[in-house]
Amino acid sequence: MIRLSEPDSLNIFQKRIWWLSLFVVFLFFVLLLRLWYLQIINGKQYRKRSENNRIRLKEIPAYRGKILDRNGLVLVDNKPSYNLYIIPEEVDDLGLLLNRLSKIIGLDPQSIQKKILRIRNHFSFKPVCIKRDISLDDVSRIESNILMLPGTIIRVEGKRNYIYKELAAHLIGYISRNIRGKSGIEYRWEKVLSGEPGGMQIEVDATGRMIDVISKSPSIPGADVYLTIDKRLQQKAEQLLKGKRGAIVAMDPYNGEILAMASSPSFDPNIFVDGMDQKTWQKISNSMDHPLQNRAINGLYPPASLFKVVVSSAGLQEGMITPRKKFICTGRFLYGNWIYNCWKRNGHGEVDLHKAIRESCDIYFYNLGKMLGVDKIAHYARMFGLGRKTGIDVGNESTGLVPTSRWKLKRFGVPWQGGETLSLAIGQSYLLVTPIQMAVMYSAVFNGGILYKPQVTKLIKRPNGDIIHRFKPQIKGRLHIKPEYLDIIKQALIAVVNEPHGTGIKAKIKGITVAGKTGTVQLMEKKKKEEKEERHNEIKDHAWFVGVAPAKHPSIVVAVIIEHGGHGGSASAPIARELIREFLKPHVR
Amino acid sequence: MLDRRLVKNFDWLLFLIILALVGISMANMYSATCFIKGAGGAKIFKRHVCWYAISLTIFFIMLTFDYHILKKWGYYIYLVSIFLLLLVLIWGKITAGSQRWFRLGIISFQPSELAKLSVAIVLSHFFSELPAKRDYALKELWQIFLLVIIPAALILKEPDLGTASIILIFSGTVILLAGIRKRSLLVLVCAGLIITPMVWMNLKDYQKKRVLTFINPDMDPLGAGYHITQSKIAIGSGMAFGKGFLNGSQTRLHFLPEQHTDFIFSVFAEEWGFLGSSLLIFLYLCLILRGLDIAKGSKDRFGRYMALSITMMIFWQVFVNMGMVMGILPVVGTPLLFMSYGGSSLIFTMASVGILMNIRMRRYMFDAV
Repeated sequence: MIRLSEPDSLNIFQKRIWWLSLFVVFLFFVLLLRLWYLQIINGKQYRKRSENNRIRLKEIPAYRGKILDRNGLVLVDNKPSYNLYIIPEEVDDLGLLLNRLSKIIGLDPQSIQKKILRIRNHFSFKPVCIKRDISLDDVSRIESNILMLPGTIIRVEGKRNYIYKELAAHLIGYISRNIRGKSGIEYRWEKVLSGEPGGMQIEVDATGRMIDVISKSPSIPGADVYLTIDKRLQQKAEQLLKGKRGAIVAMDPYNGEILAMASSPSFDPNIFVDGMDQKTWQKISNSMDHPLQNRAINGLYPPASLFKVVVSSAGLQEGMITPRKKFICTGRFLYGNWIYNCWKRNGHGEVDLHKAIRESCDIYFYNLGKMLGVDKIAHYARMFGLGRKTGIDVGNESTGLVPTSRWKLKRFGVPWQGGETLSLAIGQSYLLVTPIQMAVMYSAVFNGGILYKPQVTKLIKRPNGDIIHRFKPQIKGRLHIKPEYLDIIKQALIAVVNEPHGTGIKAKIKGITVAGKTGTVQLMEKKKKEEKEERHNEIKDHAWFVGVAPAKHPSIVVAVIIEHGGHGGSASAPIARELIREFLKPHVR
Repeated sequence: MLDRRLVKNFDWLLFLIILALVGISMANMYSATCFIKGAGGAKIFKRHVCWYAISLTIFFIMLTFDYHILKKWGYYIYLVSIFLLLLVLIWGKITAGSQRWFRLGIISFQPSELAKLSVAIVLSHFFSELPAKRDYALKELWQIFLLVIIPAALILKEPDLGTASIILIFSGTVILLAGIRKRSLLVLVCAGLIITPMVWMNLKDYQKKRVLTFINPDMDPLGAGYHITQSKIAIGSGMAFGKGFLNGSQTRLHFLPEQHTDFIFSVFAEEWGFLGSSLLIFLYLCLILRGLDIAKGSKDRFGRYMALSITMMIFWQVFVNMGMVMGILPVVGTPLLFMSYGGSSLIFTMASVGILMNIRMRRYMFDAV
């Protein structure tokens, strides 16, 4: 491009400025046109609006997503509720208004006082909720007196509805009064369940009747969450726990899908929907029974004899024992100055691994435990997923505890004692596990050594059909134990339920091979217990049972813990049997 | 220092326009604030008057020196403003507060206002140094693009979308006017068309929503949409002749958000109606056309571009603000020059028109050269 002389360049510049001036004039003309449109064409309308400017802001709440079971049966939805609101800006005399309202619907004066204070600090055009879910009678009484109650409005809004009340309450969770998920699935999937609220500006007349919608953005409904649980099985599990304290976990051992998860005692999440008074809350949260605790994933118990599977695997894999290796059980085991007893006081006689598991001989495992030592045992315990979270996608899971010699020294400043290894070998000592960990661990024995992450979310679907989450099995770890060793243990676990002298004989079902293991958590030293007799229920042992069926290619694993239920074989095994029977009903006739 | 020729060349028309705007601004600010409960309103009005006194002084100070000093110091002023923008970002991080202002006692300073003016100076410097041509290619212009984008990006980060977009728009206008090759322009437009959807796809859902709400406030009826609705009611209810001074009910009842800052025009339009509002728009138009005239009449290239840049800066701010309060442009949050409350904005506006006047007064100085 050629360089321009100064006059030429000025000439071009001036010409362009002229065009720019034209452009500026044009844009200002546009402004003027808009002004004309607003002030002259629509002026009258705006003037009227400004004279009784009663524009209400209305939030359009989003429909909260439903929660359904694996078969699409609705467990949680929403039902309409009439809520009473006050718009502070439109109230002349707040005290008078609240007085009148309390006469009509009986608000308690103390809470009125609190509400007045709350309203004062509020953006005055936004409605403040005074009372939720008022009865239809109250609605009609307020409507007929609406002229005496300036600034009062009633809105129909969705209210969370837990259809089956206590069913799967721990899993589903509950919401706070402002409709935020506080626990369980409601909390875990809050973001997708809640959707997005919309809003509206509406113009109203003196009685609050809507004249015109000025502007509106629709709300986006939340997504529906399908759980992996089966409502029928869940109901059965809760029935079986009724009146007891404890938990049941039923899981698909081949992918980690939770089929049922019950914890007892339970609660009705509906009581949280409208908010509750201090007293009720205190009563619930301070209860000895801890109804809000999900024992299935949060409850910590020593695994007792369930742990023998871990010690057996360790013994085989480490070459300490062969299946033919025998120990003699006389009912007592001497260690230093201490005597450790077998649960069977007069002894099992000659015991090999198969018999040791089948009859849950403690002496066999004292011997094996002594050979392995605490840290080897701990290593295998961790391999089976103990001492760390299973990673279940809901709730407040406990980690559990696998003691080691280093841990003991750090925690108590005292070295590990050899006798403690013996307790550890039969799943007592400091060892703590959750029922869900037991379900995962026994699944791994039967599914070829894979620790699956337990999951309760099957599918999340937007109302428009978009699927935003789909269940996928996730592997958390693997057992580094030879398959033939696992097979030996499997055979023994089948024997527990199916052979004479098996401790879990009460879990036996005709036509199906159930495998399993009993566990009885000793809460006190046996001697003391004898002294105290069994006066208190509290002193009774915790009863464990984990059942797997059908043993060849299991489709369900069931972990049952009954607090203070007594013996695992008598208290928990029948419960597992009933649940397995319910699950396999179509196959059993 | 001021010789007689300078005084003779004082632009009385420009000065009159400014005085008229100042007068209207005072009256209108009084109306906007006198019904604010408590002492708050009176305080705002008093401060507004004070700021005007200070900024008028600065206006006159801007006349005392030859504006070519600005060309000499242009890049230093630019560097200082970039430094201050960075500082305000860091300072905001440290105090975890707003990142637009420096608070020095009761005075708060917005570096983005200085940045606006410094971009205008740098633009003028840049184009006055380029060889005179009809159109420029991209390779000749890339430096100025960079010089404009850096402060705009920093201001966007504050975040102050309003000021950032004003800088981009007025610089764009100046660059277009300076001349850009058709092919280069085509390349820029194509690049924009390709990049925009790419950026859009990579935005998160909530970011997309924010952008959409910004473009169409009706999507957020409880927030920005509410402001616009109330502003439209205020303006519309003024009808042809207005409700009269101090009679704006929208103002008195505080339906209007930010009525003494960004939405000040709604207050005026409600009380003075179409008649008053169109008069005010006409005044702004006169100011801008006068500014363009000054650009045309200036004999040296720096003065030309300086006058053009300042005028475009004023024009776009006025247009964007008015368009916003009338509901035809997005709610970017930019003050209405001369009218809105705000010290930094007022001082730099008056300084800018001072420079305009300066250029006008010295337009014959090069005749002898």
